[in-house]
Amino acid sequence: MTELLVGTKKGLFVLEGRPDGEFAITARAFPGEPVDYAMRDPRSGRVIASMTSPFYGPKLWHAEDPAGEWTQAEGLVLPADADGALERIWVIVAGEADGSLYAGGDPGVLFESGDGGATWELNSALWEHPTRPSWEPGGGGLCLHSIVPWPEDPDRLALGISAAGVWLTDDRGRTWRQGNDGLVARYLPEEAREGSTSLCVHRLRRAPTRPERMFMQFHGGVYRSDDAGETWTDIGDGLPSDFAFPLVLDPADPDSAYVIPLRADMDRVTPDGAVRVYETRDAGASWRARGDGLPQREAYLTVLRHAFDHAGEGAALELYFGATSGEIFGSTNAGERWFTVAGRLPPIYSVTAVR
Amino acid sequence: MALVRVRNPLRSLAGGRSEHRVEGATVVELLGELERLHPPVAGWVLDERGRIRRHINVFVNGERGGEATAVDAEDRIDVLPAISGG
Repeated sequence: MTELLVGTKKGLFVLEGRPDGEFAITARAFPGEPVDYAMRDPRSGRVIASMTSPFYGPKLWHAEDPAGEWTQAEGLVLPADADGALERIWVIVAGEADGSLYAGGDPGVLFESGDGGATWELNSALWEHPTRPSWEPGGGGLCLHSIVPWPEDPDRLALGISAAGVWLTDDRGRTWRQGNDGLVARYLPEEAREGSTSLCVHRLRRAPTRPERMFMQFHGGVYRSDDAGETWTDIGDGLPSDFAFPLVLDPADPDSAYVIPLRADMDRVTPDGAVRVYETRDAGASWRARGDGLPQREAYLTVLRHAFDHAGEGAALELYFGATSGEIFGSTNAGERWFTVAGRLPPIYSVTAVR
Repeated sequence: MALVRVRNPLRSLAGGRSEHRVEGATVVELLGELERLHPPVAGWVLDERGRIRRHINVFVNGERGGEATAVDAEDRIDVLPAISGG
């Protein structure tokens, strides 16, 4: 059985299904409220969801059963002397230490929980980083959207912030340094690119079996790092467009990555009215389209940065992505063949898969 | 004490009651006192800086009020979400 936690503009939907069968909605929570992200902690089984009420602000909730009672988490606030308030929680990620969870949000903030998500504390080193006044928000705000632990080493972490680049720590968040060498901000004038921190990272992932290797979808560019995020190499050649948001890896293959290209920065829909996922199995040297079973005519979809996830690995890799037009598509054979999981949901903000 | 009126989801967070008699000389003092009396309300109307959230409207006796609007014991304060969204 595979479970999909789907954050939408109108609440959280839980879908369950067998990879070879139909999926059904088994729970809906926070009806009418925007749910940015939800994840099930693989260690505790607890579900944690981020909801941003347009009226009452961002809240984080946890539940043992998403169809049951939810409890509001505590501590997700900025210091009282901050210029603004917390705008949104973009992502929640299990850490490597027991009970550790991380949450990333707008304005470029990281929170950590040591008790499985009930209480949270702001990472003060990142909050007080001397470069912060120069950080610029992307179109979605100053969002800390990617939190990438290092397998079995709780001291090492990488972050992606739009539009403040990559941040790395080797001492569990006591100090932070940038990891941006090689990234090219084509949206800036050439003379303004050198040394700029206005780097619009869209998504960051790490290959778990070779953790010094990371992949990045950038705001124009797909990149690979082989030195744990210190330097980056553009691997976007061969894609119909190197503009996109989400990125998924096959955990079994450190040379693998999947992206869903959109036409361009100024036209954020699937190119040529066809939905295609692109796969590399040689670390970005080549890409091949994976569209069998996906709409190939008059389909202009937008897939947001957290709306693409995987379950399993290798030949049994399952892939799932959702669009702002309310469809979810899935593949149970690493992208070889796709099927429609759901067709009429509200605009989809995030998809996380658990098998 | 002024009368503060709230709707769901604030009503559920405030002990299930929509009407609350609260002490305070200004709107923001009333809302802070409401949080103190009902801790689950904290962070829903006032943000972490103690400011009224952007899309919350406060009316004092039917007229739009702000954080510093003075209130007295006979006043009625309505806390409502703004008309917006899609």
